[in-house]
Amino acid sequence: MKSLAELQAIRDKMKNSMNVRDDNGNKIRVVVGMATCGIAAGARPVLNGFTEEVAKRNLDNVTVTQTGCIGICQYEPVVEVYTPDGEKTTYVKMTAEKVAKVVTDHLVNGKVVSEYTIGSVAK
Amino acid sequence: MYRSHILVCGGTGCTSSGSEQIISTLEQELAKNGLEKEVKVIKTGCFGLCALGPIMIVYPEGSFYSMVKSEDIPEIVSEHLLKGRIVKRLLYSETVTEDTVKSLNETDFYKKQHRVALKNCGVINPENIDEYIALDGYQALGKVLTEMKPQEVIEVIKESGLRGRGGGGFPTGLKWQFAAGNESDQKYVCCNADEGDPGAFMDRSVLEGDPHVLIEAMSIAGYAIGATKGYVYVRAEYPIAVKRLQIAINQAKEYGLLGQHIFGTDFCFDMELRLGAGAFVCGEETALMTSIEGHRGEPRPRPPFPAVKGLFGKPTILNNVETYANIPQIILKGASWFNSMGTEKSKGTKVFALGGKIHNTGLVEVPMGTTLREIIEEIGGGIPNGKKFKAAQTGGPSGGCIPAEMIDIKIDYDNLIAIGSMMGSGGLIVMDEDTCMVDIAKFFLEFTVDESCGKCAPCRIGTKRMYEMLSQICKGNATLEDLDKLEELCYEIKAGSLCGLGQTAPNPVLSTLKYYRHEYEAHVVDKKCPAGVCKDLLSFEIIADKCKGCTLCSRVCPVGAIQGTVKNPHSIDKSKCIKCGACIEKCRFDAIVKK
Repeated sequence: MKSLAELQAIRDKMKNSMNVRDDNGNKIRVVVGMATCGIAAGARPVLNGFTEEVAKRNLDNVTVTQTGCIGICQYEPVVEVYTPDGEKTTYVKMTAEKVAKVVTDHLVNGKVVSEYTIGSVAK
Repeated sequence: MYRSHILVCGGTGCTSSGSEQIISTLEQELAKNGLEKEVKVIKTGCFGLCALGPIMIVYPEGSFYSMVKSEDIPEIVSEHLLKGRIVKRLLYSETVTEDTVKSLNETDFYKKQHRVALKNCGVINPENIDEYIALDGYQALGKVLTEMKPQEVIEVIKESGLRGRGGGGFPTGLKWQFAAGNESDQKYVCCNADEGDPGAFMDRSVLEGDPHVLIEAMSIAGYAIGATKGYVYVRAEYPIAVKRLQIAINQAKEYGLLGQHIFGTDFCFDMELRLGAGAFVCGEETALMTSIEGHRGEPRPRPPFPAVKGLFGKPTILNNVETYANIPQIILKGASWFNSMGTEKSKGTKVFALGGKIHNTGLVEVPMGTTLREIIEEIGGGIPNGKKFKAAQTGGPSGGCIPAEMIDIKIDYDNLIAIGSMMGSGGLIVMDEDTCMVDIAKFFLEFTVDESCGKCAPCRIGTKRMYEMLSQICKGNATLEDLDKLEELCYEIKAGSLCGLGQTAPNPVLSTLKYYRHEYEAHVVDKKCPAGVCKDLLSFEIIADKCKGCTLCSRVCPVGAIQGTVKNPHSIDKSKCIKCGACIEKCRFDAIVKK
């Protein structure tokens, strides 16, 4: 260790990967429905897609987690995004391809991807 | 990138209740379900709730599973990790309310705690230096080496008000100042990780859970006093701690955080482990240094103090593990951050090892000045089986008992000394109404007699005589004059002993004599043990009215002392009875009493 900068670099690199253990409330939470219905409909690639995308973009204000059946099995895979201010957005019939757009538009730029939400599908 | 981290406690407590097995089962199950690239398993140090081990936390949800068995793992994997359904039956009950699951930090056990020394314990993987660095590890060392002069470091520590967490509570900054002020070609930094007090295990937990903090702190101390070499004296009975500390030292060397020209500065520092062979006296500073030098661990008179003439005759500082664990954060967050916690003369926090008759046995860290009541009733969850709180023993064999009527005492160095106990290393043993205070004093004396190094007569002979007198009291063979003699002997030993071990050995006797003299008198005058512990003073009797003649007691009696026929009251032959209590445990009618 020849300089503080070297130490800093290790810290920044590691901080990101330990982010998942930080359970404070000031984060965006991406919750993927992973009950039997969700898994059958393909929720696992969606979950992994979010994890990878969030890591790739170093979004340290986002945690990706999972939950059980939300009760709207016909719309699975379902993903709910909670922002720290308590807003909830429900995305339905998600696919791994749709994940990238949700991450860029919603998680990074704060713009809900309305065409994927339950509101637009239910119509 | 992993979507989930599972932290499994790898402290000594959980390891002994099977956490290694849990980890291997977990890894197998994850592989079976194809989750090994999604879920990471991390072995950490102690979380603090040792009574509930083995324990694990699943992030990002923060679900806290307690008393996990290998058989439970497939369910956790298939339900929680695969389907996102938390396995409620395994959650720590306090985190479960009617409709929601609280995080561990919101439970009574954690809410009142403030973790400074234990900051990283149960949070990071102690065998991975990168995780320590991620949580600001080695930043403080970088800061002192590149921005501060040695004297500035000492000023910060002095200003923080940090006092030694190992026992006496000597101001740490002052100790460093003395060593810095003595010119020498070589100086040493030592760490006392010998932790021999019965009931104390906070140093072990820091070593097991956060070993790098010790390396960082000792390096800072080395810079402050002008030392280039450090020794950690750790007891060999702590194999996990020794192993992790050695791994940490190797990693720090590989990263150049130990060795030559650290952070490109002129500062060079190296560290080594020395294993203690399990002698209590080697926790005393001069004995410890003598032992590191390779001699038999015996204390020597002070002065000269180690700051003048310590290890190998050179200026040396010695602090214990918990003291060091505070240093990096004091440097990073400042003296005023640290001294805003605690009481007027005792700053910061203190780790207590809760043990004895209490629900949550384990480790807790609270600001100095927290009351005994808060620790026992709120954090500790109270006394099991509806029994009454009788006393708390602090400071191990060097300390004394705090009686129930003082439960609202604010715990800090000076308050404990004032009532005849002491902080010591922070063991806190809770006792209920079934504890005999004479027996407790005898227990600690037995320990001191065993552990006296024998170098000075007051300790070698005096503690033995004390132990014999206590034994006679427990047998009902003593007189009131003997109590006075015992007390006198206590003061003689205190005054005449060479080192801290002998000087404090009478404390358990003195404090119990002070607050529970009536119990001593009951043993001496009435030949009774009020708590029903001292066997020689007990007799077992069957209350004829209550006995239904079920014969359970006579069948369980190992010496055949109970006679009687079916459906008729039984009786105990006292000449045969060995007072083992087996009959009382079996009796369903409360018909057998101890008197």
